[in-house]
Order: sequence, then C-alpha cells, then structure tokens
Amino acid sequence: MLRVNIGGSLRTAVEGADAIDLEAETIDELLRSLSLRYPRFEPLLKSGIAVAINGEIYRDNWYVKIPLDAEVFILPRIQGG
Amino acid sequence: MGHDTKFTNQEFKLVGTRPARPDGVDKVTGRARYGADISAPGQLVGLVLRSPYAHAKIKKIDISKAEKLKGVKAVITDADLPDNTKGNRDLLDILENCMARGRALYDGHAVAAVAAIDDQTARKALKLIKVSYEKLPHVTDVDEALKDGAPIIQDFVVDPRTKKNSNLCKLTTLGHGDIDAGFAEADYIVEQSFKTEQTHQGYIEPHACLATLGPDGAGELWVTTQGPFAFRSTCAELLGLDISKLKVTSSEIGGGFGGKTHVWVEPLALALSRKANRPVKMVMSRDEVFRASGPTSSTSIDVKMGVKKDGTITAAHAVLRYHNGAFPGFWGMLGAMTSFACYDIKNIKPVGYDVLVNRPKVAAYRAPSAPMAAFAIESTVDMLAHKIGMKPIDLRIKNAAKEGSRASYGPTYGPIGIGPTLDAAKNHPHMRAKLKKNQGRGMACGFWFNFGGQTCVDLNIGTDGSVNLIVGTVDVGGSRASLSLIAAEELGIAYEQVKTNIGDTASLGHNDMTDGSRGTFSSGMATIFAARNAIEVLKERASKMMDVPLEAIVWENGTAKAIGKGHSNMAPLSLKEIAAAAPKTGGPIAGHKEVVADNAGVSFASHICDVEVDPETGSTRVIRYTVIQDAGKAIHPDYVEGQFQGGAAQGIGWALNEESIYDKNGILQNPGFLDYRIPVCSDLPFIDTQILEIPNPNHPYGVRGVGETSIVPPLAAIGNAVSNAVGVRMSHIPMSPMRILKALDDA
Repeated sequence: MLRVNIGGSLRTAVEGADAIDLEAETIDELLRSLSLRYPRFEPLLKSGIAVAINGEIYRDNWYVKIPLDAEVFILPRIQGG
Repeated sequence: MGHDTKFTNQEFKLVGTRPARPDGVDKVTGRARYGADISAPGQLVGLVLRSPYAHAKIKKIDISKAEKLKGVKAVITDADLPDNTKGNRDLLDILENCMARGRALYDGHAVAAVAAIDDQTARKALKLIKVSYEKLPHVTDVDEALKDGAPIIQDFVVDPRTKKNSNLCKLTTLGHGDIDAGFAEADYIVEQSFKTEQTHQGYIEPHACLATLGPDGAGELWVTTQGPFAFRSTCAELLGLDISKLKVTSSEIGGGFGGKTHVWVEPLALALSRKANRPVKMVMSRDEVFRASGPTSSTSIDVKMGVKKDGTITAAHAVLRYHNGAFPGFWGMLGAMTSFACYDIKNIKPVGYDVLVNRPKVAAYRAPSAPMAAFAIESTVDMLAHKIGMKPIDLRIKNAAKEGSRASYGPTYGPIGIGPTLDAAKNHPHMRAKLKKNQGRGMACGFWFNFGGQTCVDLNIGTDGSVNLIVGTVDVGGSRASLSLIAAEELGIAYEQVKTNIGDTASLGHNDMTDGSRGTFSSGMATIFAARNAIEVLKERASKMMDVPLEAIVWENGTAKAIGKGHSNMAPLSLKEIAAAAPKTGGPIAGHKEVVADNAGVSFASHICDVEVDPETGSTRVIRYTVIQDAGKAIHPDYVEGQFQGGAAQGIGWALNEESIYDKNGILQNPGFLDYRIPVCSDLPFIDTQILEIPNPNHPYGVRGVGETSIVPPLAAIGNAVSNAVGVRMSHIPMSPMRILKALDDA
C-alpha cells in the first residue's frame, strides 16, 4: 500500500484529502486509481500534474516503478521560463 | 537501444573546456536571422488594433471600411477565430488573450487585425475599423482586486472558499508541522509585508513571425520562440489544423526568458494568412510588447517567521498574492511552492493566492514567481538575524535545507547544494571586503526546480567525417556549443567537427520548449545516447571493413580498434575513414535518441551584493556582486557563468529600476525602454561567479539546469544590501530613488 500525498490546490479534486492510501506499482497505475476513486481528479491529468517519488520529480515518465516504501507526492505540473 | 541515465563520473577531454561559440560570427556580423529577418514573395504586413481601455464591453466592431481600402487583403476579428478548443478552458483563455471575444480585458488587448500590402496601408486600415466600447469598471492592483465589491473580471472564476464569483482564481495552501506550536516555541517573531511591481522580461527582440496558411490547411510559421513544437500544437488547435500540416521553424532568438513560451500574434498571423491566402508577416512594436505580451505578476506578500535565540527558525508563515493578469494562472501557487525551499523548518505554511486583474496575461519569466517570494522570505530572514544578533550568513547556514529536509512544496530532498553554496559564500573574499560610508552588503539564497521533459535528437555523420547534430530545443543561451562538446566527447573527435543545428517541427519528433533550464540537460542527455547509438553503427561498419567479428571491435579515442587474438596488430580505423566508406558499407551513418529526461535536479544559489546609496538622491549603484551556484557538471563553463551573470543583471534591474506603471484608468504609462529602464553595461559591476559542480545523480555527466536560479536571489540580496546601507528596511520593489527617499523620510 502506498501513501500518496496531495499538494495544495490539487486537494480540491480529492475531497480535500491531503494523503490517500492506494495500491499502485507505477505512476500510471497510481493516477488511474486516483481518477477512478475521485472523478474530479481526471481533468487534472489533462491540465498537467507531476509526481515526486522520493524527492525526484517526474512530469512525463508515467511507467516508472514506484518502490514499495516510497514517499509519493502529487504536484501540479509547473512551468519554467 | 536502452539507456541508463545514472551519473557515471566519467573523465572528460572536452566537456568542461571553453571553445568559441559556433553561432558567434553569425551574430556579430548580422548574418544570424531573427524573427523579423525573413520575407516571402507576396507577403503582407499584419497589424493589430488594440483596446485603449482597461476593461470594456465590445458592443460592435465595424470592419467594412477597412476591408474596402485598396491594398487591404484581410481583416479579422474574433469571428474569424471560432472556438475549436473543445471545452479546454486554458486553451480558450489563450485564444481570448490573442483576440478579445466580446470584452477587452486590459489596455492593449487585441480586438481586430489587418493584413495589407504595406505598413502604411495596414495602419490606415486600422484607423478605419470602428469599435463601439462600453467602458466597465477595472482593477489593476492585486490587493484591490481581492476586496469585496472589486470589479469581477471573469464570470467563470469562483472563490474556492465561498464558491462565489471572485477574482481569486486559485488558492494554494502548503506546508507541514504546526505553525502555532512553532511560533509558541520562538523567542522572537518578525512580521513584515512586502510588495513587488510588475516587470517584463525585456527581451530585445520583439515577437515576430512570418505565417503562411493555405486553404488546404497546410501552413508554415517562421517565428521567434522558445518552443516551436508547442507553438505548432497550440496554433494548430486554435485554428483547427492537423498538427503535422503546420511546420514551425524557430528563428534565432533575441532573448526570451520565458516570454517566448506563449503565443501572442502568431495565431493571428496564421488566421490572416488563411483569409488572404498570402504570407503574412507580423512584428510587434515595443509598445505592443509591453502592453500586450506576458509580464510578471505584481505581488503583495505578508511574512511571519519565528526564531529561537540560538538561531533555530521554528515557524514560517507566508501569504503570497500574485496577480495573474486577466486570465487564471498558477503564479501565486509557484510562489508558495518555492517560498521556503532553501530552509529546513519544522513548521511552515505558505499560502498562495492567484488573483485576476485588468492587466495582460502573466507569462513565465526565468524561475517564474520565485524571485518575488525570495525577496519577501530572504528579507525576513535577515530581519530575524538582526533580531538575535547573528550574522545573516550564519543564520542561513544553521537553517539550510539538506538531504532529508522536507521541501516547502512537499517532498523530501535527496542530495542538494544549498549548504555548499552558503559555505562558499561565507568563505568568499567578497564577504570580508571592507565597506565605505553609505555602502551596504546583503546576501540571499534562491531555489528553482529545473525540468527535463520530452526530447529527441538526430546525429548524422557525413562522408567527410563531420557531424551534424539536430536538436529540437531552441538555443537561448549557448546550448549549441555545449551539445557540440557532448557529441564530440562521446565520438572522440574534435569540437570543430560537430555542427549543432536547431531542427524544425517537420524534421524531428516532439521536443518540449526550452524552458525550466532544460535545454542542455535534456538535449545533452539525448545527444549522449544518440552518439553512442551512432558508435554502434560505426563499429558494425568497421567490423566489415576489417573483416573481424563485431564483438572484437571497441571504440577508443574516435577510432574503431580490433582487439583480441589475431587482431592486435591491425591498424585502428578512424571515424573519418569509416565515414568515407559508408556508401559501400551500408549507407548513411546516424544515431538517434528520444528520451523523457525527468529528474533534472533542483538548483540552489547564494548571492552576495554590495551597494552604495546616495542619501540625498536615493540613487543606488551596485558596486560588487557575486553569484555562487550549484550547476552540476558545467559542460561549457563560459555559458554557465553567462547564465549566472545574466540572471543577476536582470535581477539588478528588477530590484532597482524596472516597473510597469498603470494610471488610474488602468492604462500602461511606460511602454518603452526609455521609461521602463533595464540596466545597461554601465549600470552594472563585473558580476563575479563561482560554479559548484555537485553532480546530478540522474544525468550521465551529472548536469543540472542552470539558466533560471540566478534570477531568484538578486531582489532580496540587493534589498538587504540597500536596507543595510540606509538603515531602513526596504520592502517595496523596485527600490527606486523615490521609494528609498520616502522610506528614509518615513523612518
């Protein structure tokens, strides 16, 4: 079971939860699980999110394996200049 | 072929050297072609009619007289740009920002555009367009926009707390721990409010493009941009085109700094071209760039921090209000995410407010949102240090984030470089230099995320042994030299044998924009693996030529060498020899690689600044400036230092001079470089740099992004220096002479 932390304004899409426990081996599985459980989360996938696994931020590589005891944060996909 | 992106600590022959830039001669001789430097047979001149009001309902646009003017080939309004966005609100906002749809939302908002045979005719046509406006109440100040009764800018925006129509489009609450408990633990608490004004990236080259779009839906766009692939997909979606039928070619770029990651006139040029069935060239004037392209947010920030007598920061709270212009963004959220990122504080609560005002849509500007947050936080850190009688550098060192610290945006850090930059700052001779009367010293830290993203490159070896590297990330700061070095390093050939070109969107697969300090990081990673793939082909060809099994061929120093029993006396084959034989050994030799280069590695910097303030005039001169930053491996140190210096120079302008001034009617008063003063060489001291090479564990060479972090600390470093020079806390950026004199009067 993974503990998935939800950052800031993204919490409105998951009924205000700041952390959610779920089963997932990859980022893709994780995001699909979240979308199934919280339909308001799905539109965020289109506007963009990022996932930090043990402090390393993944924006595009959704088939990365998530270690069992990993610290996971869902973050907004942000832009640089 | 797969690839492992882990850092390998390999030894380099070329990486880390400083050869001449390959594009230098073109740029100093005028041969380099920028956005406005291309023409096409039969091209038209495109111009835009812009709103003279900050907020107005557009009751009617009459284009009939303009259309009848001889030489006018097309006039467009929002009616020519139907909504193809399929419910994508962000895309619809981009469309509405490019051309008003029933309402003008800021001074300079486009309401119509014309294409005519020459500039004079196009200008006459603009005057013949009659627009009936109904003025609406406006608001341009971020604090005023949040007040009850403020004019509402967008009907679809609701306050996330009250669910009522509001100018608050996003509220971001972050943090960890218990700030009340943290403040209870503190011996001293400092509270301070800060303001920063809207600035512009100030790129010297204005937005410019040449668009061709035929009735068959096929088109081409030559444009100054940081992201030709992003421009292609955005323009294609807005105009209802197939992505593959629009070819976008990026020109040389005369500065972008984030401002050229967004479309402004490009969809209009394509729409005009489609209507006129002729090529259309559009070049924004400087007035238009200031009024209608994307500036930074102005901000209003409240900070409260608590500290123990021993220097432990126990709690930190910040409310960061960022204006977004007339369309929702995430700039306050970014401010909140980056706010306390330099520190290991147990209890923090940054809250970001994204607020709509009647100003242009905010765009990214080099580490967007981080400099303003750093100004507020780093100023407060200095105030804490003064409160407990500790040196600001020592307070920062004591509380610096480290591996295992929790970042203000949530995750726990891996290995990071803030500590080493602070140690280097403490030991730098600049810290010990004596100051004279009216002089002050300040320092500050800064953080930026850095990004990687989607990238692909092609590496083609010519029959003469020269190498063409084609990349899709626009060269905004010297990446062609760095990427040539990487290709030469891998292949074992001379730097001069490699020419790196920026490919158009028809030549390569998708590449993300050159933003987020990703150009050299991501294209460099792809180049390493493309070169290694090409080496595999070279080895196969050598195996044929030498008539030895492939397994017996190794690549060493730019040659294929046969090893093992019976081969040791064979002369190695050079890349040149193998390339010359290519037509007869299997055809062209090339390497390709596509990667998603995640894990760009966060970046930290510490800056030291000395200023001298004239107490009679309030005029400030920066007399010494030092940038210390973790760059990972510096591929071409000249360019890394250039990025450090460039960010600091822009930060100096932001801190002391630059400000967009809107009058009570919401009209921009200084849309030109005479009245919006960016620093020139004579305003700046030599900016000293120190590169720290702490390897990024997720890049084969250890590269991190370097382009943005250097603009994060200057506002605060200069703010602290000026405050120390005049003995009054400066809390409003820019610290113009007028503001400094007022602060002295008020003290």
